[in-house]
Amino acid sequence: MRVSTGATTNVFDRGAVLRPQFDWKWVIIGASVVFTVYIAVIPLAFLLWQSFRTPETAATAAVWTLGNYAAAYGSTETLRLFTTSLQFASGTALFAFVLGAGLAWMNERTNTPFKTIFFALSLIPLVIPSILFTVAWILLASPQIGIINLVLQGWLGLAEAPFDIYSVAGMIWVDGLHYSPMAFLLMSAAFRAMDPSLEESATMSGASVFQVARRVTLRLTWPAIVATILILFVRAIESFEVPALLGLPSGIVVFTAAIYQAVHRYPSQVGLASAYAVALLAITSVGVYFVSRLSGQGSKYATMTGKGFRPRQIDLGRWRWLTASIFIVYFLLIVVLPFSVLLWSSFQRFYAVPSTEALQNLTLDPYRFILSYPNLPRTVLNSLLLSFGAATIVMLVTSVICWIVVKTKLPGRWLLDNVASLPIVFPGLVLGLSIMIFYLNVDVGIYGTIWIMLIAYVTRFMPYGLRYTTTSMLQIHRELEESAAMSGASWSTTFRRVVLPLLKPGLLAGWIYVMIVSIRELSTSILLYSPDTQVVSIVIWELWENGQYVELSALGVLFIISLFVLVLMARWLGQKYGIKE
Amino acid sequence: MLRVDGLFTEYPNEKGEVVRAAQDVSFTVDEGRLFTLLGPSGCGKTTTLRSIAGLERPKAGEIAVNDRVVYSSSKGIFVAPNRRGFGMVFQSYAIWPHMNVFENAAFPLEVRGAGSVLRFGSAARRTRLSRSDMRERVMRVLTAVQLDDLADRAATKLSGGQQQRLALARALVMEPALLLLDEPLSNLDAKLREKMRFELKRLQRELKITTVYVTHDQSEALALSHQIAVMHRGRIQQVGTPRDIYERPASQFVADFVGNTNFIDGVVVSCAPHADHDQRSCVVRSEMGDLKVHSAQELHHGDRVTVSIRPEDVELSEERPAGDNVWGGRVDQKVFLGEALDFQVAVGARTLFSRRHPTLRTKIGEAIFVQLRPDKCVALKVS
Ligand SMILES: Nc1ncnc2c1ncn2[C@@H]1O[C@H](COP(=O)(O)OP(=O)(O)O)[C@@H](O)[C@H]1O
Ligand SMILES: [Mg+2]
Repeated sequence: MRVSTGATTNVFDRGAVLRPQFDWKWVIIGASVVFTVYIAVIPLAFLLWQSFRTPETAATAAVWTLGNYAAAYGSTETLRLFTTSLQFASGTALFAFVLGAGLAWMNERTNTPFKTIFFALSLIPLVIPSILFTVAWILLASPQIGIINLVLQGWLGLAEAPFDIYSVAGMIWVDGLHYSPMAFLLMSAAFRAMDPSLEESATMSGASVFQVARRVTLRLTWPAIVATILILFVRAIESFEVPALLGLPSGIVVFTAAIYQAVHRYPSQVGLASAYAVALLAITSVGVYFVSRLSGQGSKYATMTGKGFRPRQIDLGRWRWLTASIFIVYFLLIVVLPFSVLLWSSFQRFYAVPSTEALQNLTLDPYRFILSYPNLPRTVLNSLLLSFGAATIVMLVTSVICWIVVKTKLPGRWLLDNVASLPIVFPGLVLGLSIMIFYLNVDVGIYGTIWIMLIAYVTRFMPYGLRYTTTSMLQIHRELEESAAMSGASWSTTFRRVVLPLLKPGLLAGWIYVMIVSIRELSTSILLYSPDTQVVSIVIWELWENGQYVELSALGVLFIISLFVLVLMARWLGQKYGIKE
Repeated sequence: MLRVDGLFTEYPNEKGEVVRAAQDVSFTVDEGRLFTLLGPSGCGKTTTLRSIAGLERPKAGEIAVNDRVVYSSSKGIFVAPNRRGFGMVFQSYAIWPHMNVFENAAFPLEVRGAGSVLRFGSAARRTRLSRSDMRERVMRVLTAVQLDDLADRAATKLSGGQQQRLALARALVMEPALLLLDEPLSNLDAKLREKMRFELKRLQRELKITTVYVTHDQSEALALSHQIAVMHRGRIQQVGTPRDIYERPASQFVADFVGNTNFIDGVVVSCAPHADHDQRSCVVRSEMGDLKVHSAQELHHGDRVTVSIRPEDVELSEERPAGDNVWGGRVDQKVFLGEALDFQVAVGARTLFSRRHPTLRTKIGEAIFVQLRPDKCVALKVS
């Protein structure tokens, strides 16, 4: 029997029967195009514009100049800035990759004991905000007060502290650890996406474990490996917390730190900051461009995988206890030690290294301080409103955009996709800077309000939302919509009754993700907040600046616990509404 | 020759319980024979095949090929899969997308040069083939599967049937002691499947390579095999030639799974030995009346049995025929299939299925006589 599948255009593009519904569609499409361009492109234009302007003061008006670029790139300092940034970012990317890929391989392809528990545990660090992770590692490994240093000095009788966290190596260590779960997730996905019979057929052909790894596994996951390293590199070169907390005190300056310093100098040099930001943007854009090229290549292979997945696990024999202990050490470094040190510090009146003496002085004072912190309810409310609002708007807007891109034949729809994904190249700090410049120059009355933060969050996380919606949208078979149309449903009814319900699990997962990253957000907010619009992560930052470590720890512990509860609730919700994973 | 003895393979499932995927599986395959594991999906065919390949480590049992033991739980032997020298074709074909056709087929020879594959029997061959020898052998096997003119094509640019043949070439190139095929035709469309079935049979018969073939498709199994083992829930139910399996099913499951059949329940009235030494003829009392049947099983008066008779053995005629097991009935339904005509005939409260030649023109609703030849009626004890 033959069934004709000839027509491939979208049903709603065909014929005049559905004409009355078209208006609706065009209004929504038009609105989302305008919205995306406004939110993603205009701030970028203002950033570029600003980088060619002199600072405006009361006495002199701003004029065109190349001075910012001269100041930013005209000195020998520039070369150092460049090399330090690259050193830090590539070091972090490689360290995180080796760690994450190794763990992913152990988890997916070997018979390491207890690994299912480790898989769940190794995702916990994703809820620990970078600033708290960094502070915790300062308390663990700073040369003066670092617990690990003091312990090792005591044991080995060293005169000097063995680790210095305030160094490029220290920065790589902390940021690399922090990004390793991401590498772990990406590489796990890559290993899972591969049909294991590709490896097994090599084994049956007589190839040894080593030959299989070199000639099949590595070759086939190569696009994923390069893409993962590039993504990590982009993330590292964008990261702000580690360079600010660990680099600046010892004069190690990378791009993000340079931007922050330029804005916070007196008088503020926004033009100079923009010149730095443009270079940083160029680097991240190149990275993102290559990642997208690679993921296109990856799908060339993906079409060849068959069904009947049944990953064979390599029997490690006695070595599996070694891999299990690697998991344990990793978990200690990434969750247990950082959280314990924050917990310890949060029960002290003044920060003291753990000792029997310090044990006598446990107190709840830091918690009292935090709970009676002026504006605390306001701050928490801001954080909640912003993350809730951003997640909701992002998921709504991206599902419409994505529907246009995936399901219609509209000319120029690929452009919409690219524009909506554009913010992915913005480092948080650069986005904050662009939006700050935009609303300083175009006064619509939202500068300094919570709205500007909301706009920033929506812009920043739109590409992530888009990824979630696109993945689930691609899984909705065209015929499901076509049959709704054949049953007489209009475009909007089909979207509401068929598309949205099928998208729901994906939308919910994306919503949860955006909610969590929004609530941790620091690097964009730091250039946009005002005393009225503080969020929790900003309060942590301020406590750090004031040297209130124990109070910071108390807030950090509460923050991590609430985030953790939030994630658990989200999982529970997800299971209830049918998200797998 | 392959010998599998008392094989048990288990998996832990997500909840940590034990899934007994293969239980007490034993069979032997003689040199040059094609042996098929047949059964519904999930019955443990792939598990058995992978245990032979060494991709799964069984819990217990022994596996030997040409007297070389590759697995034995009692002797603590487990030869790694890459040292066994078996060829295998996977259900998904597992063609490497980053190599072209020639490179895919040459891979087993290349890695053999570098490693040390123990060949079956005695000596270890470590010799690396010369470039030209290798080329010649690869081209020979590609020619055998009619892919020689596509040697330089990218593997991603092959059709389903070509991928299937390449997978076969790759498995054959090292002249394996044993060829393992896991549903090799299931990813092809019906026409191509039919064609490849003959190709495969011709190749196997020509090369005389000992083969274990896994399928859930009974017609494939009947068409290809020297011997068939029907599996159910991890156990082998019956081993025999295609004809044995089809005409003398040993259990209700086998009769039902292999081909279509009518089941008539009843109770044994009497039994007597038959001229054919391991058969006996019995009389079974059923809702249709008394039936003369055959059985390979030891049956006694009062045993509950079900009688299996194939639709093509349910004979129909418009005049009353001479002989036993004749009933009068009425045509209920007809389905024209081209080369055959399927009838549903009501005999009392029973409906029997019959497959006849399309020349029989009896109309729906008309009377017809049904005859069930006793030697085609197989009585099976109800467990
Ligand atoms: N890797 C595995 N882990 C757990 N259970 C498995 C695994 N592989 C197979 N099984 C189970 O073992 C049984 C037999 O599977 P399989 O041998 O693949 O059947 P077949 O090939 O006959 O369809 C099934 O119940 C299946 O769910
Ligand atoms: Mg199978």
